[in-house]
Amino acid sequence: MLKHTKQESALLDPSAGIRSKSARLSQRPLHLMILPALLLIIIYSYGPILGVVIAFQDFNPALGIFHSPFHGLENFRYVLDLPGSIQVVKNTLIIAVMKLIVGLIVPIAVALLLNEVRKELFKRSVQTLIYLPHFLSWIILGGILIDILSPSNGIVNDLLKWFGFDPVYFLGSNEWFRYVLVISDVWKEFGFNTIVYLAALTGINPALYEAAVIDGAGRWKQTLYVTLPGMAPIIILTSTLALGQVLNAGFDQVFNLYSPQVYETGDIIDTFVYRIGIVDAQYGVATAVGLFKSVVSLTLLSVSYFLAYRLANYRIF
Amino acid sequence: MIERDTFGRRLFFGSNYLFLTILSIMCILPLVHVLAISFSSSAAASAGMVKLWPVDFTLSSYEYVLEKKEFFRAILVTLERVVIGLSVNMVLTVLVAYPLSKEIHKFRGRTIYSWVFVFTMLFNGGLIPLYMTVKYTGILDSVWALVLPGAVPVFNVILLLNFFRGLPKEMEEAAFMDGAGHWTTLWKIYVPMSLPALATITLFATVGHWNSWFDGLIFMNSPDHYPLQSYLQTIVIVKNFTISNLDNLKMLAEIDERTFKAAQIFLGALPILMVYPFLQRFFMKGIVLGSVKE
Repeated sequence: MLKHTKQESALLDPSAGIRSKSARLSQRPLHLMILPALLLIIIYSYGPILGVVIAFQDFNPALGIFHSPFHGLENFRYVLDLPGSIQVVKNTLIIAVMKLIVGLIVPIAVALLLNEVRKELFKRSVQTLIYLPHFLSWIILGGILIDILSPSNGIVNDLLKWFGFDPVYFLGSNEWFRYVLVISDVWKEFGFNTIVYLAALTGINPALYEAAVIDGAGRWKQTLYVTLPGMAPIIILTSTLALGQVLNAGFDQVFNLYSPQVYETGDIIDTFVYRIGIVDAQYGVATAVGLFKSVVSLTLLSVSYFLAYRLANYRIF
Repeated sequence: MIERDTFGRRLFFGSNYLFLTILSIMCILPLVHVLAISFSSSAAASAGMVKLWPVDFTLSSYEYVLEKKEFFRAILVTLERVVIGLSVNMVLTVLVAYPLSKEIHKFRGRTIYSWVFVFTMLFNGGLIPLYMTVKYTGILDSVWALVLPGAVPVFNVILLLNFFRGLPKEMEEAAFMDGAGHWTTLWKIYVPMSLPALATITLFATVGHWNSWFDGLIFMNSPDHYPLQSYLQTIVIVKNFTISNLDNLKMLAEIDERTFKAAQIFLGALPILMVYPFLQRFFMKGIVLGSVKE
């Protein structure tokens, strides 16, 4: 990921002797520019990282971080013994993986279809409409979903009734809740991701299509042998990077849609931490769960960035 | 390219246009439905008569929302947050992106600084330690609790520094020859040349601040200090709608909760709905910037 900076520095250092005048400019202003941001990030990002000692304490807010008694791995043991804690990890993985798969396929398919459209105005209108939900918060969308999925007077159930089905309590049913999460998440994000893939499509060399046509390929064969291979790098990139997100099943969304009835299938690590930590005020235990998640996430992110670097030559900068 | 206009091809085109049209409509239909409810009479809404067009058109739910003190207070908090948060975000983003966009022989600290910033994207202390930090630094229950923990948007920094790297080096060299220092170069050359990128991350930061709700919920002790989305969370999602005084009670008799919620949902989304189509040109560039790299 950051590997190239090392390589780059190795490449650039020999040129140190022939530096231009600009290189002799003082570097002090550069340090000075970074300083405010650095201070803030040390306090508000690295401060909390040091704060994870709470995970190993019998934390008492009155005593604070510095005086609360240590009790080793007790918090972790406590969580493992909690009924449902394994289920929470399972839910997180299931929901996240379902979202990743559907969320990968839909935008690719839509980008391919949109790429076939010749009318610029139509293409742009579709793009504008489909990424609208991306910019709305889960509060707004949650409010909308709660209304349209309501079993008594929601429009979705009105439709079901009209077709002769029984009304379904989508947000209160363990059978349906995960599907609601996946579908609404994909509905929110596919438009935005479609644009990323469309951008990749415009980068494909038109000469390849001409060559394919001369070889007698129709549109379908062109899609199969030119377009899809052309998209392969970006598909590999997004899917490897998605791997690092596998413990993030979407706090904002779940938190605003779930209820105790669907804890069984819908409770994820982040909402679990919220309830233990903020609602029940068991700070040590909540921090322990959070730490577990952070460590696993860091590992997954490192692996995914490494894979993205190897497979798609991706670098952060 | 000459393509034969076969029947199959025309069929594909027709169904493709149809499918994409339906897809686009499905993305805005729920919003249209809620909008229709907000303009309908409560009787029609609760009877389930409202589909995509208001029934018994009325503005009463909007009148009610706009007369609510809490709603206005929440909007003011959000505006304060957007203005302060956006300024802090933008200043820091530019100030961090410039040095980090330098080559290593021009800025020796670059690699280590980059790591320090990027690491915060990979690992964090989690909810409780963050809460404790905010508490210990004494900014709980103030707008700074909503601004400072996210003061440096590292993702935006990366977008901007990648953009900075793409700028022609000659401009910078010429400025240095003329005796300009780093501050002048940043302000007179980099910033004016990066307006599309800056517009993109301004939009990202604004939408981020406008849409944030969770920090308001946990860092503000009193609901009076909630920004709009946190306030909406308690009204629209949590259903703990309490009737505080007799006046409200009378109003409620006339206005169904459903139309009232719909009005607030729509008002909460309105600013975003208004800005995003105009700025799409910019963030198309911004997204491409972040995803496809040479």
